[in-house]
Amino acid sequence: MRRLTGWGPVLVVGLLVVATAFPFYWAIVSSLTPEARLFEAPSLFPSQLVFDHYRALFDQRDFWIPIRNSLIVAGNTTAFCVLVGSLCAYALARLQFRWKRPILAFILAVTMFPQISIVSPLYLLLRELRLINTYPGLVLPYLTFAMPLTVWLLVSFFRQLPAELEEAAMADGASRLRAFWEIILPLSLPGLATTAILTLVYCWNEFLFALSFTLGPERQTVPVAIALFRGQYQVPWGQILAAAVVATAPIALLVLLFQRKIVQGLTAGAVKG
Amino acid sequence: MRGDKRFVGAESREARLAWAFVLPALGTILLIALFPLAWTVWESLHVHDLRMPWRGQPFVWLANYAEVLTDGRFWGAMLHTAIFTVGSVTLELVLGLVLALALNRAYRGRGLVRAAVLVPWAIPTVVAALLWRFMFDAQAGIANAVLMDIGIMDRPFVWFIHSAGAWVPIILADVWKMTPFVALLLLAGLQNIDTSLYEAARIDGAGPWRQFLHVTLPLLKPAILVALIFRTLDAFRVFDLVFVLTGGGPGTSTEPIALYTFNALLQNLRFGYGSALGVVVFVVTFALAMLYIRALGVELTQAPE
Repeated sequence: MRRLTGWGPVLVVGLLVVATAFPFYWAIVSSLTPEARLFEAPSLFPSQLVFDHYRALFDQRDFWIPIRNSLIVAGNTTAFCVLVGSLCAYALARLQFRWKRPILAFILAVTMFPQISIVSPLYLLLRELRLINTYPGLVLPYLTFAMPLTVWLLVSFFRQLPAELEEAAMADGASRLRAFWEIILPLSLPGLATTAILTLVYCWNEFLFALSFTLGPERQTVPVAIALFRGQYQVPWGQILAAAVVATAPIALLVLLFQRKIVQGLTAGAVKG
Repeated sequence: MRGDKRFVGAESREARLAWAFVLPALGTILLIALFPLAWTVWESLHVHDLRMPWRGQPFVWLANYAEVLTDGRFWGAMLHTAIFTVGSVTLELVLGLVLALALNRAYRGRGLVRAAVLVPWAIPTVVAALLWRFMFDAQAGIANAVLMDIGIMDRPFVWFIHSAGAWVPIILADVWKMTPFVALLLLAGLQNIDTSLYEAARIDGAGPWRQFLHVTLPLLKPAILVALIFRTLDAFRVFDLVFVLTGGGPGTSTEPIALYTFNALLQNLRFGYGSALGVVVFVVTFALAMLYIRALGVELTQAPE
């Protein structure tokens, strides 16, 4: 089954790569095309490339503000989740206690939580706390999906580490806490990094909460800012596509660099259920 | 762990440590996810209109749910959600399976291909929606240009003012973004299949098609089920894609249930009614998830180690 038999699979994979890449290629080319020419008959190979839209994006639209907002919100959420979540995941993966299975099942259930179902109370709560349109007002709601995700991914990473290591450490007189701190944590750095990347990506991409709990451009995250781009007379496609490229590039880079780890993390979380 | 049992009280010490480790994360989840969910249910039993604060928040029992059941826009939204879910998930599973089979064979440069297909999955849904909205734009869109070039149409088609046409970019965008993810899940399943089973099938004289039907498909069933349920749950909650591509339009003809709930809450500021819609979404998702856990649980106990 592993051998290449015929040209069928090659053709399918080739088509896949083209179909995957084309929208990106098209967005990049269009974001470099002068606005006036965008509405002429599209051609696959551009004759003239300009950086006008990128310049307008940062000079006129202050696109660095949503980028800053997204980085702050995603960074804080991820840091908190990995810090608190790694302890929880370690206990769930390695320690013996009652309620372990129900807690695991509960956390898995929360990862499937429909966000829309808690928009109303979160809105009322954040309004009461005067946190609408603030960074904490986004970080708090983000914990609802980021925390279970982090814990779930980390449990599967911790389970992969050989148990003999900490048993040996504890036989030498180290406490559980020290075994965790000195043996497990350093060994699971790749797992922690992968989890952090995935959590960052989820936070960077989140739309519904960011749309619901911000009011104006000063706290909008990247997806909200792009989705609400308006032009004076027509849709500013050039700038929208430039923004799309800017919002996608860091994610694409992270994914390409860490793809092996990410695939392992995802399929471990999903398939081993 | 076995060593610990020699010490009296070691287990309770371990349990205490475990609780100390678990509680911060679990408490966060309970406080920020479970408590608001209970609040949604409570809210759904009231009339709470933020535009009319003088009306207060009278408790109305199940009046909001009665309104939901007779609300044509709600049933429309459920229908749109069902159309989207069935359409996109079916295409994604079929294409994902074809892709997974191809990826499992053609292994030269597979790492590169795997990385490439992950990118659409990882980018913001909002960006994916914008890319497809641009490609299906009536004037600037390449879709119309291609369709006119090959002679299917003689003038530009305005996709987004057509209640059936608007579904085409929505479903295509979702298929483009999520098929790779499905393919990766199925590929992981394929790689778990013992290759000696294919040898045995070949010796028994089974051709590639019968090998697929009698070896691959049955053994891939758990992975297919996981992909199916993950995608179903996801598709049922679709929001970003439709918000950006059509805004639910033309009219409300592509409005899914999550978008209707959002509009009831933050456009019309009807928090009681919107909460009732939110509860309905939760109940349906929960039912689907239960189905998943049950189906998967059965599969896992049946699967050989």
